[in-house]
Amino acid sequence: MAAQEHIRYIARLGDDAVVLGQRLSEWCGHGPILEEDIALTNLSLDYIGQARALYTHAGALEAQGHGEDHFAYFRDEEAFENHLMVELPKGDFGFTVMRQFLFATFAYLRMEALAGQTTDPELAAIAAKSVKELRYHVEHARDWVVRLGDGTAESRERLHRSLEQLWPYTGELFTPDAVDTWAETAGMAPDLARLKARWDDVITAALTEATLGRPEDGWMQAGGKAGRHTEHLGYLLAEMQSLARKHPGVTW
Amino acid sequence: MNMNERFEAYIASDAKIEPKDWMPDAYRKTLIRQISQHAHSEVVGMLPEGNWVTRAPSLLRKSILLAKVQDEAGHGLYLYSACETLGVSRDDLIADLHSGKAKYSSIFNYPATSWADMGTIGWLVDGAAIMNQVPLCKTSYGPYARAMVRVCKEESFHQRQGFQILLALCNGTEEQKAMAQESINRWWWPALMMFGPRDEDSQHTEESMRWRIKRFTNDELRQKFIDMTVPQAELLGLTIPDPDLKWNEERGHYDFGEINWEEFYHVIRGNGPCNKERIAARQQAHDEGAWVREAALAHSKKRAAQSSTHAA
Ligand SMILES: [Fe+2]
Ligand SMILES: [Fe+2]
Repeated sequence: MAAQEHIRYIARLGDDAVVLGQRLSEWCGHGPILEEDIALTNLSLDYIGQARALYTHAGALEAQGHGEDHFAYFRDEEAFENHLMVELPKGDFGFTVMRQFLFATFAYLRMEALAGQTTDPELAAIAAKSVKELRYHVEHARDWVVRLGDGTAESRERLHRSLEQLWPYTGELFTPDAVDTWAETAGMAPDLARLKARWDDVITAALTEATLGRPEDGWMQAGGKAGRHTEHLGYLLAEMQSLARKHPGVTW
Repeated sequence: MNMNERFEAYIASDAKIEPKDWMPDAYRKTLIRQISQHAHSEVVGMLPEGNWVTRAPSLLRKSILLAKVQDEAGHGLYLYSACETLGVSRDDLIADLHSGKAKYSSIFNYPATSWADMGTIGWLVDGAAIMNQVPLCKTSYGPYARAMVRVCKEESFHQRQGFQILLALCNGTEEQKAMAQESINRWWWPALMMFGPRDEDSQHTEESMRWRIKRFTNDELRQKFIDMTVPQAELLGLTIPDPDLKWNEERGHYDFGEINWEEFYHVIRGNGPCNKERIAARQQAHDEGAWVREAALAHSKKRAAQSSTHAA
């Protein structure tokens, strides 16, 4: 049997992916231009695909007969251990691309490290595939951050506001808890302090190019990895899980 | 032979018209109307299905649905591009949609109120769209015909996926099966209306047939659709809500009941259950995206100015 920490580590990777995928899917049909409607749907599809693979793997490690949909549809809010940043409402297009940039850069670096480890080969295979997708996510978001930051006065102002709103949620990305430490000690997960140094470089360069500059590190929000969430996750899950829970155990 | 006669003869020989070729104004106008209407239908059609993306009952179904709605956006893009080859801009076409000047398929003015509708829309609505669109792969205007080849390939996937959603429901619990039946009850007649008015009431059919923009009449396509669909409904174990539906041995076709034409014209005139919501949703997305489009333009101008100063 796999260690509880191991299962949780994989499941929370899935939680990040499914929650962000769900948020992005809210854009479907409502994008600012048709091309971006397609692009945002693409990102959403990538995350849902990653979540499926990760949950399936977590279910196999757990060995209690739980498939991917159990994790997404039949767990309550406090069982989700995603980072708080991904559950925040989608906001305007500027908020969405800023979150994408901050989070996808982190997710990319994390998956790149996970693709290179040998402790969990199944995870390495999932990560290798995800890295390719996330590389595009980072590029796409970075382009928009620069474009909107260095666009009009209005776009700069909007993007700046989104950055200020999101910044307090970046601390949690790099603050290890017991599960992270277990996974790092097992040779599976990367050292988050090292990851942060690389993240800092990418983020600072892009924010400078976008004429936005980097906010001061102040108080940072945390709790997602302990199952303590914002008020927003409950609604997201209520919507996502409503139909599946009305008909438990059926095939769709 | 004058230009017009040459054009008619060229079309009659089944040759393709390309953007730079001479064409009568009426031909150009008919194409712009039809292609843009088609493009708008793809884009507005994203809304009823988008309504279930966040509630899809499994991750697999969510992925399939997302990919489908994304395909529809892609269809919208190809078709707007095909339309632009006729000398109109996408912005103008979209403005016509929002102002109500341009039409889109009325089917999307019906609400998608249950998950089973995701199956029914794929099976019946994409199914009817295929019937309408396969002949368009051979339509006389080259860019339109080529766009339709790509579109049709994806539409047949959509139809199969829709059928699969219904099949899963019909093989499921009593509640799931009831959900499927209730959905067919709502969508069957609007799906038949997708083929347009009866031939004798259709304003555009004759000219469009001669120009080989259209290749079958509305009634021919409607009959073909019914003949194809009834056996599939039997396979699913669903009842088609038409007491007059029965096989006619002599004709070799199904006979069917009278369509509610009053409803048909009402929905076209803007009184369907969702006409106002659909346009409002598109308008809102467009308005909320205005600052993004402006910023992208401003940024590319800045970059262009920078690179020209660097070059100088
Ligand atoms: Fe389509
Ligand atoms: Fe379709």
